[in-house]
Amino acid sequence: MIEIVLAILSTVGALSILFASIGILRMPDFYLRLSVTVKASTLGVGLLLICAAVMFPDVSVTTKAIAIIFFLIITAPIGAHMIGRAAYFTGTPLWKGTIIDELAGMYNDETHELESEESDTDDDREDDAPNIAKTDEETE
Amino acid sequence: MITLEAYFDYVILPILSISVMLVFIRLFKGPAIVDRVVALDLVITIGIGIITVYSIRSNQEVFLDVAIILALIAFLGTVAFAYYIEKQKDD
Repeated sequence: MIEIVLAILSTVGALSILFASIGILRMPDFYLRLSVTVKASTLGVGLLLICAAVMFPDVSVTTKAIAIIFFLIITAPIGAHMIGRAAYFTGTPLWKGTIIDELAGMYNDETHELESEESDTDDDREDDAPNIAKTDEETE
Repeated sequence: MITLEAYFDYVILPILSISVMLVFIRLFKGPAIVDRVVALDLVITIGIGIITVYSIRSNQEVFLDVAIILALIAFLGTVAFAYYIEKQKDD
């Protein structure tokens, strides 16, 4: 009975990791790749660690597995947010089918702070246009 | 009747290995440097999964300590890369 549970947990974990890696290869845009990768890989590794926690009849292994899962769930969104923010500032283009970029013009260029209204400086108006790619080759 | 050990050896570990190979394609190809950073982070995360499965198969629970350290290093690496990529734009 416990073996069936272990087989199901490890299968779902390995498949979601496989889907994350297919997503990072096939998605057309950096931001879509980031969105696919972080959630699916955290779920997959978490399920494999739960599998290890069930497998070993020992409290220390369960504690270690829960600690790793907790650490991954805490740190994965922080790292993804920081790298996505850095990508937006360095001008990584969005996918060519993007409809709206609500962050365009909302960042202060000097301080990198997010503002709730567009800044009123008219001299750099052309910089506020959303950075959407024209062709697929720019983002792939 | 398939044993759980054979299932781990012949199904789970090959799936994880194929995943690492697919991510390496993106690591070599990635047009921007942030693509490579995300691919490297995903490689390390899949590595944690492979270490976990290997520690189940070899019945050595000590390998989970390596997974803890690897998770820490992956997070620190991603944060450091993001920090310096953002700083690089200011100059």
